[in-house]
Amino acid sequence: MDDVRRDLWRPLQGTSWRYLAVLLPLSMVTLWGLIAWGYQLDRGIGVANIRRPVFWAFYLVDFVFWIGISHAGTLISAILRLTEAEWRKPVTRAAEAITVFALMIGGMFPIIHLGRAWIFYWLIPYPNTRLLWPNFRSPLMWDLCAISTYLIGSSIFLFLPLIPDVAQLARHAKGWRRWVYRKLALGWTGSDREWHALERAMKLMAGIILAVAVSVHTVVAWDFSMAIAPMWHSTIFGPYFVVGAIFSGIAALILAMAVIRRTMHLEQYLTPHHFNNLAKLLLLMSLLWVYFTVSENLTVWYGNEPKEMMVFGARTRGTFAPYFWTMVVCNFFIPFVLLGIRKLRSIQTAIISSVTVLIGMWLERFIIIVPTLSRPRLAAAWGSYSPSWVEISITVATFATMVVLYLMFAKLFPIISIWEFKPHDRVPER
Amino acid sequence: MGGKVSEHRWGMAIDLDRCTGCQACVAACHAENNLPVSNPEQAALGRAVHWIRVDRYYEGEFPNIRVKHRPVLCQQCDEAPCEPVCPVYATYKNPEGLNVQVYNRCVGTRYCANNCPYSVRFFNWFDPEWPEPLQLQHNPDVSIRESGVMEKCTFCIQRIKRAEEEGANNLQPACVQSCPAEAMVFGDLNDPESKVSQLAENSRATQFLEELGTKPKVFYLERVK
Repeated sequence: MDDVRRDLWRPLQGTSWRYLAVLLPLSMVTLWGLIAWGYQLDRGIGVANIRRPVFWAFYLVDFVFWIGISHAGTLISAILRLTEAEWRKPVTRAAEAITVFALMIGGMFPIIHLGRAWIFYWLIPYPNTRLLWPNFRSPLMWDLCAISTYLIGSSIFLFLPLIPDVAQLARHAKGWRRWVYRKLALGWTGSDREWHALERAMKLMAGIILAVAVSVHTVVAWDFSMAIAPMWHSTIFGPYFVVGAIFSGIAALILAMAVIRRTMHLEQYLTPHHFNNLAKLLLLMSLLWVYFTVSENLTVWYGNEPKEMMVFGARTRGTFAPYFWTMVVCNFFIPFVLLGIRKLRSIQTAIISSVTVLIGMWLERFIIIVPTLSRPRLAAAWGSYSPSWVEISITVATFATMVVLYLMFAKLFPIISIWEFKPHDRVPER
Repeated sequence: MGGKVSEHRWGMAIDLDRCTGCQACVAACHAENNLPVSNPEQAALGRAVHWIRVDRYYEGEFPNIRVKHRPVLCQQCDEAPCEPVCPVYATYKNPEGLNVQVYNRCVGTRYCANNCPYSVRFFNWFDPEWPEPLQLQHNPDVSIRESGVMEKCTFCIQRIKRAEEEGANNLQPACVQSCPAEAMVFGDLNDPESKVSQLAENSRATQFLEELGTKPKVFYLERVK
């Protein structure tokens, strides 16, 4: 067996105590999150601290955050595939896996946040005994369609380039793994015809998934901007959310790659060159993000419309100001200094910036959702919000779940696409 | 949508120059519509349910201060922002122009409440509770709402239905009936002779937040200086 295959298959074999030491506690956190959700289902959504007028809070923040993270895979993978950027090769699968898992997690939040979560399927359009078709004028229906399309599309996008690798693994694996790999390989033999078909399918999917990704986050933004609430009703939200999503997605990808590199000893494959390129992308998105943020806030401030200024004031000077300014520091100043100055740009500073960007982007969604709701048009209805232990537990649990899913994926499949490094031999006819 | 045009179009007029802010309408609404009674903790969180509330506006500087009271209830908008955003048609316009809430359809996305500029929508965060012995005085014509659904003022649709079935001619929602200052008037906006139609044409009549284009069917009468 050659070096590439030996290095990239090594993580799939055996289970070290360190792997379990990470996996088991995190699984416990996931379980705790499920218990918290069960408690919420049993007692009522009131165990979350949402109240009138802040009808949406942590769950919607988490929803937008995770859908945003899912844009990691799309950008890196689809754009870099389409532009034939060669450096992408060791990065794509790690990114595509983030997309699928982040979507699975993000897609849970619209259900978790429902008052009657057990009838979430009433939103699905199918002939039913209620003789009622869902209301396609509602942005929530657009959401349902966009996210399910994106989940299916990105799963295919992850799966297609996995086929040659699982076919190869099926030849060497033993026991149940062999059975799994064989099923997933779909009878791949590695013939020229199959390679051409795969190539064509990947090109096509890269184009489709790009369009879907942009539309998904635009639709998520429209959940807010279609409403007439002050500072939500804004034309900038579509592109602003797409930029924010790609921004946080790249940060998540840099973090995931840093962890993979360290724990799986793949320093040869994920080189400083890759981190440098991704760090530059992160810097670019940071600049775009600050441009949109200034555009949004400057126009509101200059326009000086009273209802909007109430929200603007709450964001920048009032109750929510600490979060707002932390967001600006995390999303702009830290990456701008650490990555903008070439001498400072390194794997370490890329990791630090990614962490602050993830914090900042989570805060950004909080800043967009909660201040607007707490300052409705009629001052008599003003309110406040702070999360309950249930909301915090479920939020923390989703982060743990992400790592658990990712670790399990990395145990089952090579996290770096092997065949893109070194083409496999043909599977002998049998 | 092709439905037949209804003969009624229910509306309300509230004379703010008469309103004393006594809250009798609020109490009457609670009794009539089986509104849950929040415990102190929930009320402090902002979870008390009042389908009609009396907002206070202060004018002038101390000591020459004037308080204006404004009873705020669902405005039964013709162009209701709450309606299009509901994914399951739990809130929709009925043939009589009422903005109705179908509790059994509601899945609890709460989008309607976010999009209501009047903040008159209320959510059932838990199953409703009544301190003893209030649970014995429920109105049998009004359903109890379960945990996880939205609710709001219905213009006492149970009374409207009963009046239509039994042909009563003194139809009034509970709030209007109980207003000691007779500041509230309810009636059919399709009938040009009705008192509410005439008040709606009054020079003192305004609609609340009408700049949003919601076309409310509640008219507020107030002297404009």
